[in-house]
Amino acid sequence: MIKAILIFNNHGKPRLIRFYQYFAEDLQQQIIRETFHLVSKRDDNVCNFLEGGSLIGGSDYKLIYRHYATLYFVFCVDSSESELGILDLIQVFVETLDKCFENVCELDLIFHMDKVHYILQEVVMGGMVLETNMNEIVAQVEVQTRMEKSEVKLSRPSG
Amino acid sequence: MKELMVRAIYCEMLGYEASFSYIHAIKLAQQGTALEKRVGYLAVSLFLNESHELLLLLVNTVLKDLQSTNLIEVCMALTVVSQMFPKDMIPAILPLVEEKLNHPKEIIRRKAVLALYKFYLIAPNQVQHIHNKFRKALCDKDPGVMTASLHIYLQMIQENPEGYKDLTTSFVTILKQVVGGKLPMDFNYHSVPAPWLQIQLLRILLFCSTIFLCRDVAALCIHCYCIQPLSSFPAILYESAKCIGNFVLSLKINLKYLGLKALTYVVQQHPKLALQHQMTIIECLDHPDLIIKRETLELLFRITNAQNVSVIVEKMLDPFLKIMLCCCIIYTLFIVLILFSYEEYTYAPDNEWFIETMSTVFSVGGDMMQPDIPNSFLKLLSEGFDSVEEDRKLRLFAVDSYVSLLQGEPGKLPQRFLQVISWVLGEYSYLREELEAATVLRLLAKLLDMKSTSSETKSWVLMAMTKLCEGGAGVSVTQEVCETYGSSLDTVLRQRAQELQHLSQDCELRARVLPRGAGLEPLEVDSSLSFLDGFVSEALAAGAAPYKAPHQRQEELAQAKALSLEPYGLSLPISMSSCSIADRQSPTLLSVSSGLSTTLKLDGVKRVWGREGYLSEREPVEESAHVEVPSPLQSPSQQGEADSSQSQTLTPIPTPQPEQEKQQLASSLFVGLGSQSSVCLMGKSESTTQRFRRKAKDLAVSSLEQTSQLSQGPAAANGICDVELTGSDMSETSPTLIRDNGVVAADPAPHEDPDKLKDLCLRTHLPAEFSGLCHSEITPLCTNQTLDFSACHLQKEDSLALVVFIYNSSDSDIQEILLELDSDELEVSCVCDSPVQEARSHSVAVCQYSLTVKRPSVHVEVVGTASYQFPAGTPHSAQFSYKLPLTSFIRPLTVSTEEYGAMWLDFSHDTKQKLTLISDGQEPLTDTLNVLKKKLQLHVVEIIGMEGIVACRLLRDQPCLMHCRLHAGTLSVWLRSPVPDLPDCLMYHCQRALQEH
Repeated sequence: MIKAILIFNNHGKPRLIRFYQYFAEDLQQQIIRETFHLVSKRDDNVCNFLEGGSLIGGSDYKLIYRHYATLYFVFCVDSSESELGILDLIQVFVETLDKCFENVCELDLIFHMDKVHYILQEVVMGGMVLETNMNEIVAQVEVQTRMEKSEVKLSRPSG
Repeated sequence: MKELMVRAIYCEMLGYEASFSYIHAIKLAQQGTALEKRVGYLAVSLFLNESHELLLLLVNTVLKDLQSTNLIEVCMALTVVSQMFPKDMIPAILPLVEEKLNHPKEIIRRKAVLALYKFYLIAPNQVQHIHNKFRKALCDKDPGVMTASLHIYLQMIQENPEGYKDLTTSFVTILKQVVGGKLPMDFNYHSVPAPWLQIQLLRILLFCSTIFLCRDVAALCIHCYCIQPLSSFPAILYESAKCIGNFVLSLKINLKYLGLKALTYVVQQHPKLALQHQMTIIECLDHPDLIIKRETLELLFRITNAQNVSVIVEKMLDPFLKIMLCCCIIYTLFIVLILFSYEEYTYAPDNEWFIETMSTVFSVGGDMMQPDIPNSFLKLLSEGFDSVEEDRKLRLFAVDSYVSLLQGEPGKLPQRFLQVISWVLGEYSYLREELEAATVLRLLAKLLDMKSTSSETKSWVLMAMTKLCEGGAGVSVTQEVCETYGSSLDTVLRQRAQELQHLSQDCELRARVLPRGAGLEPLEVDSSLSFLDGFVSEALAAGAAPYKAPHQRQEELAQAKALSLEPYGLSLPISMSSCSIADRQSPTLLSVSSGLSTTLKLDGVKRVWGREGYLSEREPVEESAHVEVPSPLQSPSQQGEADSSQSQTLTPIPTPQPEQEKQQLASSLFVGLGSQSSVCLMGKSESTTQRFRRKAKDLAVSSLEQTSQLSQGPAAANGICDVELTGSDMSETSPTLIRDNGVVAADPAPHEDPDKLKDLCLRTHLPAEFSGLCHSEITPLCTNQTLDFSACHLQKEDSLALVVFIYNSSDSDIQEILLELDSDELEVSCVCDSPVQEARSHSVAVCQYSLTVKRPSVHVEVVGTASYQFPAGTPHSAQFSYKLPLTSFIRPLTVSTEEYGAMWLDFSHDTKQKLTLISDGQEPLTDTLNVLKKKLQLHVVEIIGMEGIVACRLLRDQPCLMHCRLHAGTLSVWLRSPVPDLPDCLMYHCQRALQEH
């Protein structure tokens, strides 16, 4: 199961956090900090898996991360997930973001945080991988946006 | 509103609390249009957690949205449900979610399946009836829905492999379809059809324990990494070893990592497979990536054996220096590794090597090390091994090397290492005859003068000096030290300095307090502090307020606030006796405390007879508890503590003071004083004091326990805790280590079928004396090519026997199977004459163990290691674990109501809870108690009206008392015991027993 998904930039500022297991507010921040410290120290040419963090779930806990330009995408998972599977999932997620935002950058994540969350909801649901097919995800998100737009149109004349 | 909500989410993400917006998020989800609803739901799922109270407000909205015709709304509702939903509201929503399983849209079906999976995780019993629907989902025409349902099956099959045997063929069919490329092209990943789905399926199949796997599948699996599930099929392993080679050699770093990981799994089964990758492994050791290095070291650890241990440890210590700043976790891992490898003494080439390695470890690891590592090292030194001569040499060498270290530059050594050094020197420097005590003393004194030395280390040093200052050696040095630290602000240091001063002057006393080489004698600690009784009664007589336990105080406070609903309760005889248990006013108390009461009456202190009763005695105990062991930090060394507490008892006697305050101060300072007189006092309080002996397995554990007991003060003051250092070796560190790394080979699940047959034949091998007793089902523990291990347990009157069967299925006899069992919670003693067994070919060897509980826990586990050797010569080992519930250790305890009343007050650990009643019959209380009696083997002492008292004991004789009372249709149960955790564990089992009924 996926325990948490963290996205932060090169300075450790969180850009999106999603926990699938409840942690208190301050603990969440602590996890982000610790994860950032672990991840940021690593070169680009080392492997994308990390073990040995202590905050979530003890020994049954791995970090799988990917570094894109200014952002780190970190998935905290337990042993039931396959490392390469998650690594691929990150790639799918990022490609989907790229498709939805057309050349995604850090600012998109800041200003359209809700949208990013909606996309994530279509990828991972309650800690379980829901969909790994990019086209499906994009289709789902588009359906929702379309409906949103039609509603805005409807509400404008009346209100 | 929508914008604001997104901003609130952003604030929360940055770590600023925005709880004011929670209610608005819920409102938005309730009232908004679909667009706003979406933001509302998103915010709610980010803000709230399952147990948040505001979540209840959302239930209705979710219900409404689930019924909506708008697809998007249904999707949103399902997402929120799977993210978090209050457990007790699941029944309300379940039918709606189930209905969605038949929805025409596959996305909805998929989400519904995942939501049901979530329900299954948080409340498994509520979704039991819909298993059929899961099956339908598995056969869904949309592969996405099928994939989602695999999550559920993986979980369920893990829990109950038997129940889903019939589905095995479907899984295999699905797998074949996937491999055969029947899925849409979308699912392909780099032209491999749906690899993750395959892994999932393989995992499931592993639990179903089928061997249907064909070769191509195997090759594919390796391609996508799933050695772990495969490791139980040896044929495939050899195949895979080749591929792993490619992985490890791969230039892609991620693949290298996985290759190493896979290799680690494989090597566990077949160490030889590592041979062909030797060079690669060596290369990986020098890899710049720490994680890779770590994996390599772990791999090396797996192939450690007698011949290569020194090389491997050397390798480990080398990167160790470089990794130093990386993370402490890696550290402890390695050090435990080294200790572990040393524990099997044959591994270590020689003493010098061991001491030197440990010195390096200490000086490198420094203060980041966990304290239990130096502790176990010291324990190893003090307990030694089988041969006395070896021990002597080891210690001698340790002394030599440490003296030379101190003569060098001790300032650079870390504090923990200094502590170890000073302990060793204090304890064993007499072994080196030509070394004068004065020289050592001077070296130690030098340590004291260093600025960097912490006060904890200083007190270790002072303790060592106390041991050394024999026969006037180095009087001037000691004198000087005493003067410096006798007036130190640090009380602990001051105490040690005082000890040093007195003991160095009085040789006779010293000989009694610190007998040489007596480090292993059991040490008795009177934790009930009964020797203070006299002082307490004096204080009471002089008008001091009686002591109340914290929970009692709270209770009284609550009682004082609440209206008393039973004004005349006390005057009625029936409720008198029943109340007694709850309110600690038992008349039986009078007889118990009569010894004290006479003195109290003489002084006319009536207050003592209030509701607190005799308990008042505990008051000074609390304050003095801190004094007895002045610093918990000191206790890591058991020997040291023995010294300190003993020497305290013998420190100079103060002159009696007339004033009350001074006396109080004095007696709290010189608590130990009373220990001579405690013998007679203890005799008096014997009837009320429950003795329980506990063996401390580990220094760290024991000191921890003591510390906690003392800090609990009165709570733990009822028992006399004997802390015994037994010859238990360090092996307990190794099983835990192994378990942490997930290497336990034992997995009873996959070997069901053949064992059913075997069960019958094994049963005939049960030892004759057990024939009449009922035994548990014979569970297979682990299997490798030649030996099958299985076990069962039998409940005897005053013990629990564990029988391990070893079935040798090979054609050759295997001699000298060494079976070692160990457990964190249990004490395991072997009933047979020797732990070494012999298994003839195609026959069964039986080992018998008797188990008692050391530390209660809901389920206890025994971890075993069997090491054996083939006639051909290669040593093998197998690991397994056996789990059994605490209830197997529970026996009825027959006591009278009076005895019960007396015992009740003495027990300090308690827990209260409301349980459901069994209300089919006329008398719910009797019925419920009978169920408990039958299921948990309790003894019902008496049932008085609406209350019942029940007693039981945990083997061997740790009592636990239960008081039940009917209250508003539920049974409020109060459990008490002198053993910590026991009430909680028992409460759990009571609950289970009643639920199952």
